[in-house]
Amino acid sequence: MSNPRSDRPADHVDAPVAPAAPVNPRLSPVGWLRFLWRLLTSMRTALVLLLLLALAAVPGSLVPQRSSDPNGVIQYQRDNPDLFTVLDGLGVFSTFSSPWFSAVYLLLFLSLVGCVIPRTKHHVDALRARPPRTPQRLERLVGFTTRTAAGEPERIVDRGRAVLRGLGYRVERYDRGGELSISAERGYLRETGNLVFHVALLGVLLAVGVGGGFIYTGQRVLVQDTAFTNTLASYDSINPGRFFDESKLEPYSLRLDDFTGSYEFDAASRTWKPVDFTASLSTREPGGDWTPAELKVNHPLQIGGTAVYLLGNGYAPEITVRNPAGEAVFSGPVVFRPQDANLFSLGVIKVPDGLDRQLGMIGLFYPDPIAAGNGALASFSPEANDPILTLEVYAGDLGLDTGVPVNVYQLDTDGLEQLVGRSDALKLGLGDTVDLPDGLGTIEFSGLRRYVALDIHHDPTQGWVLLAAVTALGGLLLSLFIPRRRLWIKVRPGADGVTLEYAGLARGEDPALERVVAELADRHAREFEPVGPAPAGSEPAESAPEGSVGPERRIEP
Amino acid sequence: MTADDLASISLVLVYSALAVYVLAFIAAVLGLSARSRTAEQADDLALAERPAQAVLNPAASAAASGASSGSAGRGTAVLERLAAPQPTAVARFDRMSTALVAIAFALHVAALVTRGLAAGRVPWGNMYEFALTGTGIIVGVYLAAQFWRDLRFLAAYATGIVAILLGLATVNFYVAVAPLPPALQSAWLVIHVFVATLGTGFFALGGGLSIAQLLQTRHEAGGLPRARFLAALPSSETLELLASRVIIVGFAFWTFTLMAGAIWANAAWGRYWGWDTKEVWTFIIWVVYAGYIHARATRGWRGTRSAWLALVGFSAVLFNFTVVNLLFKGLHSYSGL
Ligand code: HEM
Repeated sequence: MSNPRSDRPADHVDAPVAPAAPVNPRLSPVGWLRFLWRLLTSMRTALVLLLLLALAAVPGSLVPQRSSDPNGVIQYQRDNPDLFTVLDGLGVFSTFSSPWFSAVYLLLFLSLVGCVIPRTKHHVDALRARPPRTPQRLERLVGFTTRTAAGEPERIVDRGRAVLRGLGYRVERYDRGGELSISAERGYLRETGNLVFHVALLGVLLAVGVGGGFIYTGQRVLVQDTAFTNTLASYDSINPGRFFDESKLEPYSLRLDDFTGSYEFDAASRTWKPVDFTASLSTREPGGDWTPAELKVNHPLQIGGTAVYLLGNGYAPEITVRNPAGEAVFSGPVVFRPQDANLFSLGVIKVPDGLDRQLGMIGLFYPDPIAAGNGALASFSPEANDPILTLEVYAGDLGLDTGVPVNVYQLDTDGLEQLVGRSDALKLGLGDTVDLPDGLGTIEFSGLRRYVALDIHHDPTQGWVLLAAVTALGGLLLSLFIPRRRLWIKVRPGADGVTLEYAGLARGEDPALERVVAELADRHAREFEPVGPAPAGSEPAESAPEGSVGPERRIEP
Repeated sequence: MTADDLASISLVLVYSALAVYVLAFIAAVLGLSARSRTAEQADDLALAERPAQAVLNPAASAAASGASSGSAGRGTAVLERLAAPQPTAVARFDRMSTALVAIAFALHVAALVTRGLAAGRVPWGNMYEFALTGTGIIVGVYLAAQFWRDLRFLAAYATGIVAILLGLATVNFYVAVAPLPPALQSAWLVIHVFVATLGTGFFALGGGLSIAQLLQTRHEAGGLPRARFLAALPSSETLELLASRVIIVGFAFWTFTLMAGAIWANAAWGRYWGWDTKEVWTFIIWVVYAGYIHARATRGWRGTRSAWLALVGFSAVLFNFTVVNLLFKGLHSYSGL
């Protein structure tokens, strides 16, 4: 107990300065290990590793990251091919999974484990221990002050114990010679909070690291009046974690019934600003009925162990292509991808079967068309208002039969014959039908639907990470704002009354300690004040008039 | 009154607040120079009355003030003993600057309220509004801190930094009120951004105290002979203690910001952490200040080194708010310039 901070790494400011260890030039292997371990778990190493961690994160913000901005990485490669090769060799495009970043945080957490285990052991012991023996001399301690009192020493010391207890201190009576004393300690929660904080950080790392393997995220574009069922094959794309198990997918269904986007015109920038996106869905859990549900940005839909996010939206014109005999050879909504804030969109229609030749068309869609000069069109707003679809038409082998997956949103025009170019593009309003070139048939813009782009996530770690993070915050608040201190009251009977001594000891920084000792002394001694010429032996009642000792001061616990 | 009227009133209030901040800054600088003069006179007096002690034992007064742990600085300790002739000038300028800061703050708050009413939401939805709110909170924290300790020697720092940031933001980033994009429509905008700016306010104050600490350390070692006002400031040890208390509060807020941001990101983007540029910098700031707290507990790192870390931390905060918002591409870049 003589060393209040033996629980801390040796280079903690409050740790005793160890006598310089005899320099042993030839450490045994075990000695080396012990030396390295002590080095790793020292305060200075933790500090240096923390600073290194901050430094190592910087490149991750300077160049685009594969994880968050893959297109940015490709762009970077295009713009600076030479620099890219060098930087990519260093791994800065995946900073946060790079070996050097991982090394820093793994070492840091190793250091943390090594630091926390001995401290926890020590703290558990401290929790069970009694407050330490009252020092022989209080004079040199913080806030030392003395009072005189009238009354019976035993009663005075008992009252002191009660006052300290009331303030939340753990108390212990120690008597030595004729001196009676109370030793009190409080603020164990400070160290508890600190340990909880550090352990909870480990918890965050573990939850993210281990739990991450169970995460999957999938993407799916869902067109109005169509449904999606949560099976592997229904996703447009999916990123499964290491422990992903297809059989765990719960086959619920979602159907998009309606979508509304509302916008406000911003006169200053002459643009439409989105105000709200709402997708009206119907959902069905296995064995259940369709039930309506609403999906908005910022408000994911929880269903079947997944969270469904609304990430994007657009228009899907319904197209019907007929052969010269009038039979429909292609019919359905085609997803067009927005190119600007007014939902001017680009889409590709591929008709592989049923016509004399395979046809590919590149379509431009203007929900709210206006002339943009040079005969070109633009969209004035994102709202559909006499929309127009224009089409370039290509014929030839679309390459759909080679077995190689083809991007449905792109048309590779190499090797195709252009039948209709941009300048004389087919132009259709909603409900219009026009002839395809070369007597191939007709095409109709038969309807218009909305679609939404959904992100579907399954993340069982969330709850754990949140729990660990909230625990860390709780521990942090305890450790930052609860003072840990010791207080002593000594009662020394003398010839002419009783002398009371008060003093404290801070563990860690405690600027309020002096005031706390003074307030304790005031509050305790006041009850036993020898009140001037009052008849001896008449102790003031506990409810002595406040005015006699000035305004009551709040005692800081 | 239309939203546009309210927005114009708000802008007028901002410019008025700016003007008063500049006046407060001038008063604060005069306050510092009054401190210098008082310190000089005190030295002269000390030399005249007790030459041997003052010259031979400069450490004594430092020790005395260190022992009286608290706001009593070494300058004031000297002054009390010598019944210095002119502390009134300091007091006068301090009162003046505080009154001006309070007036400017009232205008500033009024500007925020009218801006919020004009937009029909909390006034922190784009870069200009972040700056407006952030600087307001820096001043709020500065004023509130006066109830805790007398930190008026930081008036020049606080008003200077606020006037510059607010002026730059108003001139360069002013935008008309506009609705929030759907991704920002969330209760988390209110909480997350507000607590982040609150943390920033505390970090700003901590940065000022750390600068004062660094200057004072040099001064105590006999350096900076011309910065005489330092003699009227608390000891470097006291300044360090104050800085660490303030920064710890900021750190608690920042920790909450980090977590609230993750929760919000999870709702908006479907993942709680994605190393987006802004997330990276929030993390860096958090780790640097964790480093600061550790440094204060590591032998050999207390004092000057940890003060430098506090400044690195606050520089990162400023960098995050300015350069990252303006130049870096990321999901947060809808801050509406
Ligand atoms: C993951 C990295 C770490 C972070 C983010 C971190 C953060 C913090 C924070 C915020 C505090 C102040 C709050 C409190 O007292 O609970 C603190 C205190 C402390 N940390 Fe860490 N820490 C980390 C790793 C470590 C390691 C590896 C060690 C051991 C070498 C360590 C030892 C300590 C000690 C002894 C204190 C108490 C300081 C005092 O006495 O004031 N920490 N840490």
